[in-house]
Amino acid sequence: MAVLNVNGKAVEYTADPNTPLLWVLREQLGLTGTKYGCGIAQCGSCTVHIDGAPVRACHVPVNTVGTKKVVTIEALAENGMLNKIQKAWVELDVPQCGYCQSGMVMAATALLAAKPNPTDADIDEAMTNICRCGTYQQVRAAIHAAAKA
Amino acid sequence: MMIHTSLGRRGFLVSGAAVAGGFSLGFKLPFDDGVAHAQTVKEVNAWVVIHPDDKVVIRIARSEMGQGTLTGLCQLVAEELECDWNKVAWEYPTPGENLKRNRVWKNFSTGGSRGIRESQQYVREGGAIAREMLIAAAAKQWNVPAGDCSAANSVITHKGSGKTVTYGAVAAAAAELEPPKEVKLKDPKDWKIAGKPLKRLDTVEKVTGKQLYGMDHTMPGMLNATVRACPVIGGKLKDFDASKAEKMPGVKKIFAIDGNAVVVVADTYWQARTALEAVATNWDVGDLGKVSTDTINAMLKEGLDAKEAFVGNKAGDAQKAIEGAAKKVEAVYSFPYQHHVTMEPMNATARYTPEKCEVWCGTQNGEAALAAASEAAGLPVAKCEVYKLMLGGGFGRRGRSDYVRQAVLAAKEMPGTPIKLIWSREEDMTHCQYHPTTMAKMTAGLDAQGNLVGLHIRISGQSILASLLPQNLVNGMDPATFQGLMQSGAEATYGYDVPNLLIDHAMRNPHITAGFWRGVNVNQNAVYMECFMDELAEAAGQDPLAYRLKYLKPKWAAVLKAACDKAGYGKPLPEGRFHGISQVMGYGSYVAGVAEVSVSQDGQLKIHKITAATNPGHVVNPAQIDRQVAGSFVYGLSAALFGEITVKDGAVEQTNFDSYNVLRMDEMPDVETVLVPTNDFWGGVGEPTIAVAAPAVLNAIAKATGKRVRNLPLMHHELKKGA
Repeated sequence: MAVLNVNGKAVEYTADPNTPLLWVLREQLGLTGTKYGCGIAQCGSCTVHIDGAPVRACHVPVNTVGTKKVVTIEALAENGMLNKIQKAWVELDVPQCGYCQSGMVMAATALLAAKPNPTDADIDEAMTNICRCGTYQQVRAAIHAAAKA
Repeated sequence: MMIHTSLGRRGFLVSGAAVAGGFSLGFKLPFDDGVAHAQTVKEVNAWVVIHPDDKVVIRIARSEMGQGTLTGLCQLVAEELECDWNKVAWEYPTPGENLKRNRVWKNFSTGGSRGIRESQQYVREGGAIAREMLIAAAAKQWNVPAGDCSAANSVITHKGSGKTVTYGAVAAAAAELEPPKEVKLKDPKDWKIAGKPLKRLDTVEKVTGKQLYGMDHTMPGMLNATVRACPVIGGKLKDFDASKAEKMPGVKKIFAIDGNAVVVVADTYWQARTALEAVATNWDVGDLGKVSTDTINAMLKEGLDAKEAFVGNKAGDAQKAIEGAAKKVEAVYSFPYQHHVTMEPMNATARYTPEKCEVWCGTQNGEAALAAASEAAGLPVAKCEVYKLMLGGGFGRRGRSDYVRQAVLAAKEMPGTPIKLIWSREEDMTHCQYHPTTMAKMTAGLDAQGNLVGLHIRISGQSILASLLPQNLVNGMDPATFQGLMQSGAEATYGYDVPNLLIDHAMRNPHITAGFWRGVNVNQNAVYMECFMDELAEAAGQDPLAYRLKYLKPKWAAVLKAACDKAGYGKPLPEGRFHGISQVMGYGSYVAGVAEVSVSQDGQLKIHKITAATNPGHVVNPAQIDRQVAGSFVYGLSAALFGEITVKDGAVEQTNFDSYNVLRMDEMPDVETVLVPTNDFWGGVGEPTIAVAAPAVLNAIAKATGKRVRNLPLMHHELKKGA
């Protein structure tokens, strides 16, 4: 039995130490909002925050996380209130199939925490997540809207 | 009745949004203990369930995979139902229930941009019938004629007395009434809910991680599995050695299925995947192992001049007209295999017992998934059921049920235990049914004034129907090959009036499975026709728009003009920028695009802007059309820039996003959608604009560089001037 700090709580899990954090979150902790898309840190569907930084959980061995604070999409809304990025996403109706959107929202939340008023170039650099439905235009607009909120 | 419900919008407060929180639909999810629970509220009819607290649950048979069909269909039902949109929730009926009820929800298949256009009539009737029953129940309660009562916003009012009652109060009584035989549908001019840019019904779950996809399904006692099928499609499993893998942590069982794949079942997916990597496999691929992209291309090239071909569209005598023409123009184009790459890899959960087989999955075709489950289980359809979950993308890929079959075969090995079978991205990338590869030889004759007097389009390449649905071939011909080039019909008709025309197809079918891929055959046919039209305009020394307008039929011309007007086609552009245009009719809609691009001195392509016009006939949700159009360019431009599946030793070479690139945020052009509805037909919008993406960009590149790219993808071409 090992321990992780996930969404503000110490949680116990049982898994081989090399198991990617993604699969511990999904299969051991039931946090299925973090998605499997590629397994090679390309698509960003599995983006979580580790000590506030956006990280692709599919290539982080769970035994390297230690006591760092892991935050997943499930913890962005507090007391039923969406955060301002989620609100902008809802107001601009961003998601289509939605599978990549947990990762998009996590990446955008980290971006705005680091750069409260990102330029288009900042967005291009930070938002490398893949969306096959093609929500990029709405994602960009929602980030700008959230920055102004 | 077993209903799979959306638990949507529960408990989240959304400022300024039109949705209300706190829904709980009164159904239990079928997978919590595997036992169906009686529904607590009787339906008004198959489409509408109204709860005592006025909640309106609308049943949707088509699958939601991002395209917004769910919201659009709910709008159409709600419009006729005259209910309060803020009280609308939705649920999927099951395919098994549909069969038991004589297909009361009709077609579950979700593809071909048909979701709304082919169900609009009967879902609107469903809403109207329910409304009439609710009004009749209120009138009966008040003992007044139903004709003196009206309904609006979920409230029924009696004209004379001013008495009112809400839908929730009379729904139970309405459910006992005979439905009216006929109802009159509203004139779309009077729509208040349909036709409006309402927000989607499925957004909050998707930004909070609450939305459950097939991949997220879980149930008590469930085990996880993964699969490795023969890397050469059509090859067989000779033998395998699992002696190392079966000793690995969590592994429960390792076995072969279908004679072509090995499955590992373990406690977790990661354990199953790790163990599968330790399984040694021997494959029998026979002569298929000799096939490569080069051999496939040689096969297609031979077809370009073959004597025998299926004729798809013919007028006059094209060959004679071309022979006698003042000028002959010829070009050969090609289009590679492409992969859908849904963000969610294929997966399904199945539970098998000798008495019943159940499947939980995302599928574009619930009834086909049910049939696949029945066949794999060896049980009659009546003993099988499919519970549809949200799809993490479909694009045509999830219309096929190969992954459902595998999950059921795996579950059969461990009766009673639910098995979730997940494909790795690598398995997904190498075992698709790919966008078919074709080539086209374009030959045209121009008279001395540059007028197009004869055109021959010879397509050579793969047939989707021959690959997936050979029973649908027509005397050996695949009519779908001619999508966008068809002689007539309301689906995908050729827009040009050419006096002498021949469009034919030499079918050449490699072993790689071909399938439906968002936009299907309209995609490459639009590249062939629309790029060649620019070549002809150039040969004639005329402007591409003016040249097209000489031959385009009115509806095709109107949408092209609308796109060009909005884009400012013909007006001066910033230094170094060029416009390219294209148009097509597909999926019942007329579309056109204008691409604005620049190519730098060192050959860097930048797509600045796309202006896209659509005439879909009727518009059900303009905001969702806008998003479908913008998204379709991501799909179409991904394909144009990067999309290519290649074959080596009989197997697909690409394995993941590192070898199969797609468009990302920094490459996304600004897309402006222009809606020019004529309100006289019902067209689809999920697919058609994909097809104008590549030709518009290729035509703009030709203007910018003088280079005519005829073979996709673009990443193989050096666009540098002088290179």
